[in-house]
Amino acid sequence: MFTSVDDVSVRLAETGYLASPSVATTVFLADRLGKPLLVEGPAGVGKTELAKAVAEIAGAELVRLQCYEGVDESRALYEWNHAKQLLRISAGRDETWDETRTDIFSEEFLLTRPLLTAIRGDEPKVLLIDETDKADVEVEGLLLEVLSDFQVTVPELGTITATRRPFVVLTSNASRELSEALRRRCLFLHIGFPEEELERRIVRLKVPGLDAALAESVVRVVGALRAMDLRKVPSVAETIDWARTLLALGADSLDETVVRATLGVLLKHQDDVLKAAAKLDLDAL
Amino acid sequence: MTTPVAERLTSLVAALRAHGIRVGTGETVDAAQAMAALGFEDRELLREGLAATLLHGIAQRPVFDPVFDLYFPRGVGAPEPGTADRDDLRDRLAAALAANDEALLARLAAEAVDGFGGYGSAPGSDGWSSYQTLDRVRPQTLLARVRADVGARNGSSGFADRLLDDEIRRRIEAFRGLVATEARRRVAERRDRDQIARRAVAPTADRVDFLFAGKDRLAELRRTVQPLARKLATRLAARRRRAARGSIDLRRTLRGSLSTGGVPMRPVLRRRRPARPELVLLCDVSGSVSGFSDFTMLLVQALHDQFSKVRVFAFVNRIDEVTGLLEHGAADAAGLGARIQAEATLTGWHGSSDYGVALGEFAERHGDAVGPRTTVFVLGDARTNMSDPNLAAVRLITERARRVHWLNPEQRSLWGTGDSAAPEYAELVEMHECRNVRQLGALVGRLLPI
Ligand SMILES: Nc1ncnc2c1ncn2[C@@H]1O[C@H](COP(=O)(O)OP(=O)(O)OP(=O)(O)O)[C@@H](O)[C@H]1O
Ligand SMILES: [Mg+2]
Repeated sequence: MFTSVDDVSVRLAETGYLASPSVATTVFLADRLGKPLLVEGPAGVGKTELAKAVAEIAGAELVRLQCYEGVDESRALYEWNHAKQLLRISAGRDETWDETRTDIFSEEFLLTRPLLTAIRGDEPKVLLIDETDKADVEVEGLLLEVLSDFQVTVPELGTITATRRPFVVLTSNASRELSEALRRRCLFLHIGFPEEELERRIVRLKVPGLDAALAESVVRVVGALRAMDLRKVPSVAETIDWARTLLALGADSLDETVVRATLGVLLKHQDDVLKAAAKLDLDAL
Repeated sequence: MTTPVAERLTSLVAALRAHGIRVGTGETVDAAQAMAALGFEDRELLREGLAATLLHGIAQRPVFDPVFDLYFPRGVGAPEPGTADRDDLRDRLAAALAANDEALLARLAAEAVDGFGGYGSAPGSDGWSSYQTLDRVRPQTLLARVRADVGARNGSSGFADRLLDDEIRRRIEAFRGLVATEARRRVAERRDRDQIARRAVAPTADRVDFLFAGKDRLAELRRTVQPLARKLATRLAARRRRAARGSIDLRRTLRGSLSTGGVPMRPVLRRRRPARPELVLLCDVSGSVSGFSDFTMLLVQALHDQFSKVRVFAFVNRIDEVTGLLEHGAADAAGLGARIQAEATLTGWHGSSDYGVALGEFAERHGDAVGPRTTVFVLGDARTNMSDPNLAAVRLITERARRVHWLNPEQRSLWGTGDSAAPEYAELVEMHECRNVRQLGALVGRLLPI
């Protein structure tokens, strides 16, 4: 898909995703080695966005499995459409049971879920398994199976093997340690908070109307907040939100009043707001 | 791939393994492919590529980076010799810090080590020292100059000006890191690289001594509490299941065998009572061992589902219950120590540890916390500042409790040295060396009652 690491950076940037060197390198290798990419990192650093950007570049369909506690095979892989099967059974009166049975366990009654969808068909696909850490451990077993051979066995239909392997991205907030076995299947990428220069470019790209000097100050303040010992430090998503807020307020530079009034966009906990205000020498809130 | 390169990769992998990072052959093959795909022109891309293929988690990265630097050194070439003019170097360093020019800072780090880091002249006793380099170059004293420099260059940027000092401090800190890397690289160049790689790299978080972990490392450790707790909970649940299956109940087996003519066909297993045990933690939270106590308290708190009751007491020279603080404070792990110090009564008329008084006070005032179903863990280095260890109080606790374990964060060879009363206590209760997260995990998995 890509000719070089630079090519990855350039084409991601064209979709609006600005990649750090580690992101570009790892995406390049995931494509070259044909391995799933496990992306870990704090919330709001662009893990999900990366998968979307890759899909856009590849002109691929993005198939997304959103994990949550309790997600199971019938949500992740496939399920039989029982209602439709029942209708079919009550409709077809003049045939043998064997005939009916063969019929109701055919493609027509299969509800494919993301994992199966991703390995079927010849069109390019990007499979995004989002927030893998939220799923229960059993689902990992299932992922392991699918990601090893890119095949799935449906007892009534036989084994379905991918004719074209999807580009796979798994994301995790590391709220739960994923199993060693699953990690071994994947290339590992940690996306942390971006360097100052990169974050400045992201802000300029996402909030085009913002003055360059203001964008620089925004990123510096966010950097200072990240160095503080807070319950939740602001992520890229918050930086962008803050920049948008400032633009909407028509602020053309930062001052105490503006920062004090908008700190809540960056920090979600009241005690963080108080702590940061004190450290930034904002007068009492 | 040429052979020397392949060799370098296998040595790198061996060094990573020596530091406790599990790298399989599959990953090594991937890494070789990554090298082939990326080439060697850009060392930083190579670094990222190898990290992506060889590592499985961000916790391994602090080990990986220095090892990578040793096996794939920056091709800096030797800076011109004899230019070791300290003032000139400091001038250029100040300018680079002001401009935040990272590439230039890396070159200056190399130059600094070259000019000021060398010691000794006899082969075998000479080397490169980052400590000596930094001691002579003193980058931390450049703050005021850099600040003035930035001011002159950019003028005022208004509000963000107040952030500048901290920003410069962070840049200086990063420069110190570059110096350390460069010194290590030079040492490695001269001695056996593999040998250095084993010694000179900081260990993974789970092998860091609690007693020597700095602030950063402790924060990193705290992030391992939840994963470790989950692992242990699984292990405890498995042990509990096995135990519940229990041993053969001979009497009921024989009674059952009457129907088969007295031949015991079906063994009857004894069922255990499913009641969960109680846990009491006595934690020394004095400065010397606080990292260890905090960590263990957080771990136990994270495991509290496993017990019918958990009570935690903290002491320095007086003891106080902190169970409540722990429950409410689970969110803010970093502040736990400070909160305990602020809200509990832990010291009397002096501030140093006194195990004897604290344990005595526990036996007297909180003795009812310990009963026949209670397992007690004492956490501390048993350093009593030369005062009476109060063995009678410990004896009293052991008589009441189901089990008493003592986890000591000091290495065993130091027990009994100086003011350590460890050997005396160890005669009364089982004392275990518990220096790092790895040992703690193993001990907790083995010792916790089920
Ligand atoms: N490198 C980047 N280039 C462009 N936009 C970015 C970048 N990083 C983050 N963003 C923006 O930040 C926002 C958050 O990104 P995203 O939702 O992908 O985060 P996430 O890591 O998936 O977070 P979560 O863990 O909460 O799911 C998006 O609006 C995205 O556009
Ligand atoms: Mg996301």
